[in-house]
Amino acid sequence: MRLDNYAVADAPRLGVRGWLRWVWRQVTSMRVALLLLLLLALAAIPGSILPQWPQDAAAANAFVAANPFWGPLLDATGFLDVFGSAWFTAIYLLLFASLIGCIAPRAVAHARELRAPVAAAPSRLDRYEPTSASSPLTPADAVAAARATLRPRGGAWGALGGTRVRVDERDGAVALAAETGHLRELGNLVFHAALVGVLVAMAAGELLTFRGQAIIVEGRSFTNAVVAYDTFDSGALFDEADLEPFMLRLDRFDSAFDDTGRPLSFAAQVTLARPGEDGEASTIEVNRPLEVDGAKIYLQGNGYAPVLTVRDGAGEVASSGPVVFLPTDAAYTSQGVLKVPDVSTGPQLGFKATLYPSAVEGPFAIASVHPDPANPVIMMLGYEGDLGLDAGIPQNAYRLDESQLSPLRGEDGQPVTLRLALGDTVELPDGLGTVTFEELPRFVALDLRADPSLPWLLVAALLALAGLSVSLFASRRKVWVVAREEGGTTVVTVAGYAPGHDAGAAPVRARVLAAATGDEAGERDPA
Amino acid sequence: MNVTDLSVMALWGATALYAIAMVASAINLARVADARVRARAAVAAGAPGAPGEATTEAGGASSPARASSRAAGIARSTTLVGALLHAVGVTARGIDAGHLPWTNMYEYTISGAFFAVAVLLIIQRRRDVAFLQTGVVGLAAISVGLALAVLYAEVNPLPPALQSFWIAIHVSIAVISTGIFTVAFVASVLQLMRDSRDRGTRWRGARARFLEAVPGATVLEGLSFRLNAVGFVLWTFTVMSGAMWAEDAWGRYWGWDPKEVWSFVIWVVYAAYLHARTTQGWAGRRSAWLAIAGFVALIMNFTVVNLFFQGLHTYAGS
Repeated sequence: MRLDNYAVADAPRLGVRGWLRWVWRQVTSMRVALLLLLLLALAAIPGSILPQWPQDAAAANAFVAANPFWGPLLDATGFLDVFGSAWFTAIYLLLFASLIGCIAPRAVAHARELRAPVAAAPSRLDRYEPTSASSPLTPADAVAAARATLRPRGGAWGALGGTRVRVDERDGAVALAAETGHLRELGNLVFHAALVGVLVAMAAGELLTFRGQAIIVEGRSFTNAVVAYDTFDSGALFDEADLEPFMLRLDRFDSAFDDTGRPLSFAAQVTLARPGEDGEASTIEVNRPLEVDGAKIYLQGNGYAPVLTVRDGAGEVASSGPVVFLPTDAAYTSQGVLKVPDVSTGPQLGFKATLYPSAVEGPFAIASVHPDPANPVIMMLGYEGDLGLDAGIPQNAYRLDESQLSPLRGEDGQPVTLRLALGDTVELPDGLGTVTFEELPRFVALDLRADPSLPWLLVAALLALAGLSVSLFASRRKVWVVAREEGGTTVVTVAGYAPGHDAGAAPVRARVLAAATGDEAGERDPA
Repeated sequence: MNVTDLSVMALWGATALYAIAMVASAINLARVADARVRARAAVAAGAPGAPGEATTEAGGASSPARASSRAAGIARSTTLVGALLHAVGVTARGIDAGHLPWTNMYEYTISGAFFAVAVLLIIQRRRDVAFLQTGVVGLAAISVGLALAVLYAEVNPLPPALQSFWIAIHVSIAVISTGIFTVAFVASVLQLMRDSRDRGTRWRGARARFLEAVPGATVLEGLSFRLNAVGFVLWTFTVMSGAMWAEDAWGRYWGWDPKEVWSFVIWVVYAAYLHARTTQGWAGRRSAWLAIAGFVALIMNFTVVNLFFQGLHTYAGS
């Protein structure tokens, strides 16, 4: 197949290779890199405005449901998962292709330049802001004095960070050429290469990482195995056998709040036990995760898990244990659901409950005023019927499927609200049984995560930072000194080249000129 | 008088002094500009071929109008005393709160404005940048005034999420780089205005005559670049240390939280600016616009993202 580069029949043809070369040259040009950078910035913005599936699935779901036209459209085009979308990925991959295409040839050129000798001073210095003065020294001495102020260095370090110098004699003049620092370009190369390293480390992390969340109630334990987690995600290359088989028990959860209920500290007191070893007590706090064999355990949330015991109509214990209530506000007003399928007699029971840790009760309303359990009260609605658990479809533990349930009603036919203070037992209507509020332990939500790529990511990031600093702040200068015998006196001309922002270049040239004209003060000038 | 009152009164004092400094430095700029225009007219009439433009470029420090200007002295002393009061106000707030004074929008604003003025004063020690003073001190007066009037928050204990040594590293560098970007922003705006005036496209009138007291566009570009380069390195560090803190606090180093998204956008825009400076057709005006876009993104990240977007950095809005 041939590709036409012009619609005109007799125009020269590029051919496939020519086109590819043209495309590559475009991609690696600075202009395209710049446009890709701007595009990347622009493309990221919707990710902060629209609800994103990975960050907040509930909000994304609600957004799609609430916007029948825009919701599905934006979802299908990747705007509700910007950072995983094809177009965002395309932009940054192109940007990195551009970066590599730009940096690789420059690295080769830089390596060649490092080994090349210093170029001789140009024969005409007019273009480089020359300044001249007469000197009492001979041309050779003047150049030697100038050379001393430049403090040249040889070898690899001289080529990289120091000043390299060459001196020629030509046409009766002595010419010195000094070059300072290839460090700037080296920093630039290191910075860009390290950015590739950051990307590679992040990609490797995606493949090797795992993250799981587990909820543990005070006094209970958790075993580090995939089945024990409430949620578990892992990368494609993660092997379940790599999970270290430890046990973690939550001994106690400490929290402190000020009078207004603002949190002051959270600390989970845990015991960590490996197989065949004694347990080891540790503390997990916010900002202070516990490290276990390369994995980290984070304290991500906490709340109350009231122990509720339900006895059925026959007086048999149908359910007993802590029920995790999720906090809904700063005063830890918490909601929980209790499902009691295993009754010995009568219908299955279900409860929707709200816990008020520091309850203040008025005639028509109840509210919690503080997160501490000063006066814990549970208000709950009971249901009877079929919980729908037998269908085999996994259910959300925090939601009651009311489709086959009916509320428990009192003698007046109205749904009954049950009120339980700590230690209370209340009777259910129609002799369906009793509910007891036994204890009020705390629970913690722990995130366990391991990402073996982190040290590499850190190294790449630090290299990027170092390279960036050097590339922006290291100076790159050329200084030329030509000393010539003219009518019995020596005339010294100093010129140089430095980027416009390099404010240190002019003082260096002034110092060199001062030294070459025998001005002692110039050499002492601190710079 | 307790520490809370001391902090608030010192900050109001700083605001007032900055406002005076802004007016005084504006008057000073106008005087210098007048003197230069007159001098140039005299040169043009009397001595043809004299380097009029060169004097404008390099004569900032030694211009006679400047030395005699009382306004310049007032501007400088009020800025200095304002900065001292500002430092007292920020320090007292920190003592009052019992933690570093940058844990919410109010504290971040007063600290960021302080660093902007501090950066100005530090540059002022090394070279004459009186032309930046009006803009920087004006922005400082507005932001400290707004902080006191609108954003003021009672001192709060540090929530567990912020109880980390990273707050001393991550947030302080973020505040300092914000201060540096602010000064660079003023330089970029002046660069564009001066450039337009030199080309005769905009800002030609008598009202924009103060631009005669401002260095040439190339000089401003260089100044803006050096500040933005420092700001960019510090911002890179801000993002990196933020990722390290997030790894400790939230169990992931990067999660595209709205604050993270905007920090990334800011970084990319300033990176684009640095590339644009060395790209044909983008150097000069276009790259200055990119620097301004970066600063706008920085302000967006601090205002809109804090106030309207739901994310993990929500304590910032309290």
